[in-house]
Amino acid sequence: MSEHKGVWVYCETDESRLKRVALELVTKARTFADKLGEEVVAVLIGNDIERHAEGLIYQGADKVLVVDDEVFTNYTTDAYSKALANLIEERKPSILFLGATTNGRDLAPRVAAKLKLGLTADCTGLELNDKKQLVQIRPAFSGKVMVELVSPETRPQMTTVRPNVFKPAKPDNSRTGDIEQVKTLISQDDIRTEILERVKEVVEGMISVDEAEVVVCSGRGIKEPENLKLPEELAKLLDAAVGGSRPIVDLGWLPPTQQVGQSGRTILPNLYFALGISGAIQHLAGCSSADTFVAINKDPDAPIFENADFGIVGDIFEIVPAVIEEIKKIQAER
Amino acid sequence: MLIMELTSPAGQRTGSPRGVSFMKIIVPIKQVPEAVEVRIKEAADTLNTDGVPRILNPFDLFAVEAAIQLKEEKGGEVIIMTMGPPQASDAILKALAMGGDRAIHLTDPAFEGADSWSTAIVLAEQIRKMEYDLIICGRQSMDWDLGQVGAELAELLDLPQITGVRHLEIAGDGKHVITHRVTEDGYEVVKAKMPVLLTATKGLNEPRLPNIMGIMKAKKKPLETIDAATLGLDATQTGGAGALSKTVRVFPPEKRKGGIKLEDVEPKEAAKQLVEFLAKKGAI
Repeated sequence: MSEHKGVWVYCETDESRLKRVALELVTKARTFADKLGEEVVAVLIGNDIERHAEGLIYQGADKVLVVDDEVFTNYTTDAYSKALANLIEERKPSILFLGATTNGRDLAPRVAAKLKLGLTADCTGLELNDKKQLVQIRPAFSGKVMVELVSPETRPQMTTVRPNVFKPAKPDNSRTGDIEQVKTLISQDDIRTEILERVKEVVEGMISVDEAEVVVCSGRGIKEPENLKLPEELAKLLDAAVGGSRPIVDLGWLPPTQQVGQSGRTILPNLYFALGISGAIQHLAGCSSADTFVAINKDPDAPIFENADFGIVGDIFEIVPAVIEEIKKIQAER
Repeated sequence: MLIMELTSPAGQRTGSPRGVSFMKIIVPIKQVPEAVEVRIKEAADTLNTDGVPRILNPFDLFAVEAAIQLKEEKGGEVIIMTMGPPQASDAILKALAMGGDRAIHLTDPAFEGADSWSTAIVLAEQIRKMEYDLIICGRQSMDWDLGQVGAELAELLDLPQITGVRHLEIAGDGKHVITHRVTEDGYEVVKAKMPVLLTATKGLNEPRLPNIMGIMKAKKKPLETIDAATLGLDATQTGGAGALSKTVRVFPPEKRKGGIKLEDVEPKEAAKQLVEFLAKKGAI
């Protein structure tokens, strides 16, 4: 196992764009590599993705492995898992992080099974213990408990990490590193699934909850879909994304891309508004790391208040318009 | 009767797409504790799930329903399979009551404490002995939410996989599936030749509730119980011994501390205080 060296990050791209979680994970990998005295290696697999390599070095990578080929234009389990497994077998890293995205969570277990590796999905915390093992921390049972796991016998120690848990560091443009093109022997014949079409369901002009600095999220308390105009107005003032808890997304009032919580998105905004949300543990799992958490709810006993930096017990239809007026006043003064 | 005739003899290697209207569908399921009831054992750092009510994993309901719908449309057989302790037979009965045709219960004290890898190993060992066109799993289990067994099983069986399926149909040629796979900003339409492994997610269907007739019939449906020795697996490969991921600690989540809470304050005044608070913090 001692021959395994290097903290690797699989840097996911989608339609040639780099996912933000890659930057979060390279930042985290840097801290581990420094403690272990190893290199950070970023792995890029895709088509037309070499241009991201330099940015990954600025972010903290010592080396970037680029597997750039037309066969990787769309994500497919077969092509990507073979490419990544081949690299791991050949170069033997000690740790491998992937983002716990839809495709990351499809890819990681396939690679783990190819190489017979332990794997922990969707980690929200990572540490090194005194044996220099990677401690993988994640919630279980809908967030009721936290669990620490290790993979003592297999290398690399492999995890997928939830996006928006770690903040990316500021890139350092003076950093240097190696960029290596890796040839692939994978061909179209290796791919057993065919992607006939990719359909986007994001609503035009709607800000994504994933990356917004401010998120205004509504729950059952909003009562009618027409009433969403109110959070939308607040969101517009603050350049915020409009989110929803599971019940209102299930009702179709907002698209699934805007759902915050365990079965939706985990977000890490600077400011979070929970409007008419009771605060089920599944919802809090997706938003409780917000820097500033505001809750407005009629029910004084709603668990959401236990999480809020600032809570107001009252009717959102009376309070939110008043908040909008106050914000307008402040903005006019600036 | 029909079912018994068509059950394949054990030992026959799977595999090729049969391309006929009669489909064999394997649905691996899991019994899970109801999350709301789970407690951490005091001072023991272990999870206490004793006495917690157990249910059939909600994502598996989509898988069972999808298999039954295909059978109803195309003809075929739905085989429910689980690896779990003896009491997991309740989950099997539920899936049979919904409309599964027969079940295989992989149970042995040596399977206890498994991680996703040592679960997939056991399922794969059994499935290798069977004939099938489709394997449909739930996307993830509600207890651990790892979502790894499906893909690991697909790899062990050398099958293509499509995870997070919310729409499923059989292509006109009867040999391919056409699915909608959930992505982060919508879905992609993915086609694959059978045999293939799918994981089912929300939106695929509305799982039926078993009716009284179904529940009565379920108890009479064929149920095979298979242990490690019969599978030909030794104790180092399965359960906790075969697990590659080990739990070292369980602890309660850190609670965020509540801050200011205004009650019985006029909306205007409350709004004013909130906005002052946010401005002072630099949040707006």
